[in-house]
Amino acid sequence: MIPAAFEYHAPTSVKEAIGLLQEHGDDAKVLAGGHSLLPIMKFRLAQPKIVVDIGRIPGLDGIKASGDAIAIGALATHDAVEHSDVLKAKCPLLPETAALIGDMQVRNRGTIGGSLAHADPAADYPGAMFALDAQIVATGPKGSRTIAARDFFVEMLTTALAPAEIITEVRVPVLGKGTGTAYVKHAHPASGYAVVGVAVVLSVSGGKCQKVAIGVNGVAGKAYRASAVEKALAGQALDEKTVAAASAHAAQGADVQGDLYASSEFRAHLASVYVKRAILKAAERAK
Amino acid sequence: MAVSKLFGASIKRREDPRLITGQATYTDDLQLPGMLHAQIVRSPHAHARIVRVDTAAARRHPGVVAVYTGKDLEGKLNPIPTAWLVPNADLKTPPHPALAVDVVRYAGDGVAVVLAETLYAARDAAALVQVQYAQLPAVVDQEQAVRDGAPQVHADVPRNVAFTWRVAGGDADQAFAEAKRDGVVVAQRFVNQRLIPNAMETRGVVARYNSGAGELTVWYTTQNPHIARFLMSVVTGIPEQKIRVIAPEVGGGFGSKIPFYADEAVVVFCARATGHPVKWVEDRRENYVATIHGRDHITDLEIAARKDGTITALRGKTWANLGAYLSTAAPGVPTILHGLILTGCYTIPNLSYEVLGVFTNTSPVDAYRGAGRPEATYLIERMVDLVAGALKMDPVDVRRKNFIKREQFPYTTVEGLTYDSGNYEPALDKALEMVGYQKIRDFQKQGPKDNRYLGVGLSTYVEICGLGPSAVAGAVGFQGGLWESATVRLHPTGKATVFTGASPHGQGEETTFAQIVAEELGLPIDDIDVVHGDTGAIAMGWGTYGSRTTVVGGAAIVVAARRVKEKAGKIAAHMLEASEADITFDQGRFSVRGSPDRSKTIQEVTLAAYLAWSLPAGVEPSLEASAFYDPSNFTFPFGTHVAAVKVNADTGEVELRHYVAVDDCGRVINPLIVDGQVHGGLVQGIAQALWEGAVYSPEGQLLTGSMMDYAVPRAHMFPMFTTARTETPSPHNPLGVKGVGETGTIASTPAVVNAVLDALRPLGVTHLDMPLTPQRIWNAIHAKTRR
Amino acid sequence: MKRTVKITVNGVTHTDEVEPRLLLVHYIREVLGLTGTHIGCDTTNCGTCTVLMNGKAVKSCTLLTVQADGAQFTTVEGLAKDGQLHPIQEGFWEEHGLQCGFCTPGMMLTAVDLLQRIPDPTEEQIRWGIDGNLCRCTGYQHIVNSIQYAAKKLRGETPRKVAR
Repeated sequence: MIPAAFEYHAPTSVKEAIGLLQEHGDDAKVLAGGHSLLPIMKFRLAQPKIVVDIGRIPGLDGIKASGDAIAIGALATHDAVEHSDVLKAKCPLLPETAALIGDMQVRNRGTIGGSLAHADPAADYPGAMFALDAQIVATGPKGSRTIAARDFFVEMLTTALAPAEIITEVRVPVLGKGTGTAYVKHAHPASGYAVVGVAVVLSVSGGKCQKVAIGVNGVAGKAYRASAVEKALAGQALDEKTVAAASAHAAQGADVQGDLYASSEFRAHLASVYVKRAILKAAERAK
Repeated sequence: MAVSKLFGASIKRREDPRLITGQATYTDDLQLPGMLHAQIVRSPHAHARIVRVDTAAARRHPGVVAVYTGKDLEGKLNPIPTAWLVPNADLKTPPHPALAVDVVRYAGDGVAVVLAETLYAARDAAALVQVQYAQLPAVVDQEQAVRDGAPQVHADVPRNVAFTWRVAGGDADQAFAEAKRDGVVVAQRFVNQRLIPNAMETRGVVARYNSGAGELTVWYTTQNPHIARFLMSVVTGIPEQKIRVIAPEVGGGFGSKIPFYADEAVVVFCARATGHPVKWVEDRRENYVATIHGRDHITDLEIAARKDGTITALRGKTWANLGAYLSTAAPGVPTILHGLILTGCYTIPNLSYEVLGVFTNTSPVDAYRGAGRPEATYLIERMVDLVAGALKMDPVDVRRKNFIKREQFPYTTVEGLTYDSGNYEPALDKALEMVGYQKIRDFQKQGPKDNRYLGVGLSTYVEICGLGPSAVAGAVGFQGGLWESATVRLHPTGKATVFTGASPHGQGEETTFAQIVAEELGLPIDDIDVVHGDTGAIAMGWGTYGSRTTVVGGAAIVVAARRVKEKAGKIAAHMLEASEADITFDQGRFSVRGSPDRSKTIQEVTLAAYLAWSLPAGVEPSLEASAFYDPSNFTFPFGTHVAAVKVNADTGEVELRHYVAVDDCGRVINPLIVDGQVHGGLVQGIAQALWEGAVYSPEGQLLTGSMMDYAVPRAHMFPMFTTARTETPSPHNPLGVKGVGETGTIASTPAVVNAVLDALRPLGVTHLDMPLTPQRIWNAIHAKTRR
Repeated sequence: MKRTVKITVNGVTHTDEVEPRLLLVHYIREVLGLTGTHIGCDTTNCGTCTVLMNGKAVKSCTLLTVQADGAQFTTVEGLAKDGQLHPIQEGFWEEHGLQCGFCTPGMMLTAVDLLQRIPDPTEEQIRWGIDGNLCRCTGYQHIVNSIQYAAKKLRGETPRKVAR
């Protein structure tokens, strides 16, 4: 499989990249690590006339903590996220999530910005973005703006990015003591994508659940917060029975997808099992 | 003769150095001067009339040299033949054009071919070929295909029935009547799903035609270069002696590189028509539709047994999906290779079984590792478990009760095969002990833990290997022989080259065959090279499939080596001035009996044979011998495999905990290689049980058309396997070997399915069709608990 | 429009004009003639095209040659040094880690990256580490053994062949 021909640009600054995107409009596609775009270009499902490779823009791949937030450059690879000491210490949900993306080779090249911009609902990051209330920094002709994760994913393969905007950074909170997180996943046996992926951030105090945020990917056309489960758990002790009862609402309100591997009914059921597993794991870690 | 250290030794493979350093040459690695790249334009529709093909835009594309359509090829190539004309089955062989002319019959059927100077230009131009189709109704399911009013895949094949084949013996109806009165009858419908072979190297051809000499050279990803040459000659009309087929390094086949495909004929045509060498290599998406698939049976089967577990009869019918055209060996796979081994390793006296081969608008189906025998083993091994369930007996006891006993061999089955040797109980005992069967059963009694159910499943299999005697091949309609050729040639310096008509592509026979010759002739193994896969170098051969390479090809080598030794003995006697009868041979040295100091090494004798200064009367110069070995029977490897699984009733997720394989493949030449063959087979068989399965939409679109959708298994899906062996040598094979390439695939599928269903027994689930995905298992549990 | 790239493979630096859409795997195979790197799928699943890019395993079928401009690569042809097999090659040979050999170059290069991250991997870590590489022949068991063999060798221990 070979991509159709295109014109290639490798800007060395964000400004230059945005200029190219403005100039070429819909004819242009942004290439970061290439692990979302190139596969669809090889199948000629995407045939951009212009490819803007932002992979050579310096300074976009750092992972830094400042105050109560961690800034992750859009070009940080999944591998960098997986092995980041800063993230492991202050936001371990992301390294745990990154470690389950694709395989080692894919993690070595794929980037967090590229994955988010592609907005595949079966990708692994979206659940974590929701659970962390992450902020996605988009830079465009009018400068930078911050988009909340819940507003970022519009629908399958569609984001809130405006034309000529690119993701430059992802901001996630530094998680305090008493917070437990977990990402668990039922992977498709062929593609490795999430049939169900559940990211949980919760805190426990006095044996009771104080805060809980549950992001789910793979289940619906876009990632979502399992709000009904969150509500049912607020202020409750996180014993198995309570968690199981709450988790039954994992797919409530979601537009659950069905496919060859898992019908919507089964997927909704799997979601409840995986939500339960993730909560119990996170609760254990919150201790 | 002293026992050599080589036979039975786990020596490391001699083919590996080139493979691990990147110096091996696969078909796609070849670059010839002036070479063009071909891209075949394929039908996106499963069934359609071709209204118009417009190649103008493609022709105009820069770098394009030629574009040909089905019409351009009409009359220039003969139809692609099938080579297994199963008799007494009313077999229909509708013509299979190399490129479709009027009608496309499956999504992936070739319509046109583009030739360009670069691969990239060929791909671009292929997208510019405009084909106008008028879609026709398609049929993909073999049961629906034989119903009245179903779409006709071929106009002259009524109800799409390619053949109706029967095997019967005893009186099944009476046995069933008896069992109904005073015994047990179990009926079950089975779907043995379609699989996609997925050799890691896709198919490819490089063809070069020298019009001056009229010679065609083809580098080809084939498991059987001589059969390919023969069929290529039939299809293209180029005389056989003018064709040289070379199988360079071949990256796995698993049956999918046995057939001679339409694409290959097209490439040869293009090389001739353009006067350029032409390369064509499938990409993976193309491989999913254009290379053969395997399995795809639907079976209704009944089994009759007495109350004590004695099985008395099998009766049933299989609808075998053959796809749109008959691939090279297709008719033989669900009949001869399947129906003749249905009763497995059991003394079942009555059988009535019918197989309908059915055309559908899907990719052709042919031999995939095991080829017919996995389907048969699956049926009988599942059935035995169902009998055990119905009688509330342990599946082990039902098996023991019905085994062919050691003293009954040679045993003629109700299907008419004669199993030469066997000793089934020791393999069973060993496997049970290794897996800790009783412990698992005791553990099971404690009930599930965390809603995880433990299950253990067996498969006690026997298979037909070492294909096979040529007379039998002829009797069952195979349009070829199944003997094998070998030449053992010693060179003046005492080194040796071994030529084999088998065509290994990963099975390690460059090592195994060298071990055989080293043992026979007492040569250092490093002095022996094995040559295979080249019709220009090897007189004739039938190739590598059906676990026949070591069994038949190895036997030919041993016969040839012994002939070399005999001739060398004559020359040695002459050199030592002794009578031939007084010459002994041990570890490469000919000695005069009683005078061990009077001796000549085989190297000294070889040099003398080539110098030919003084040879005994009637002995010709040089030292080499050929053999054309035709076995007197098949071989029948057997064994017991046991799988232990945990099934999560919350999710239907299956965890394979332990797997024990005890195989009896006769004498073992290289245990390391045998283990590798078993492991590889296990993974393919287990994957059928749990993950793999091709799915078509009702319109005939392959929905599992890439590695993103079709689960080729990965390393993390398996535990370490435990393998062991018993050794019952084949009595008729000069090496005592029986073949091991397919045992893992044949045995493992039912073992795993039986294990999962054993786990589900407390939940009331008695049968599920493969693959046993979480969804299927959960649905079954859910349906039961809903009631 | 073609672009000029400068790419170092196995220590040799090459400067070539390439079409932007040229996949790195085709550059390596067709332009440089290093055919030990194979192509097995279209979907970034099989890993037969794996090479080391600046020391890290990547799938060269999902990388444009222009993206690789300035990078250093190791392919299977660059594993052995001065006629001495790399420990991973030795491991695959000793432990029968290959049959048809088609997946082997990618599998070995993935293992090299894995072993530089985890010098003493467990069986499970190896099985997950080669998750991006498909092998249809071996059943993976001997590959696991091969990587363990290489791990020992790379740690300076004496590898012992798996008993059988």
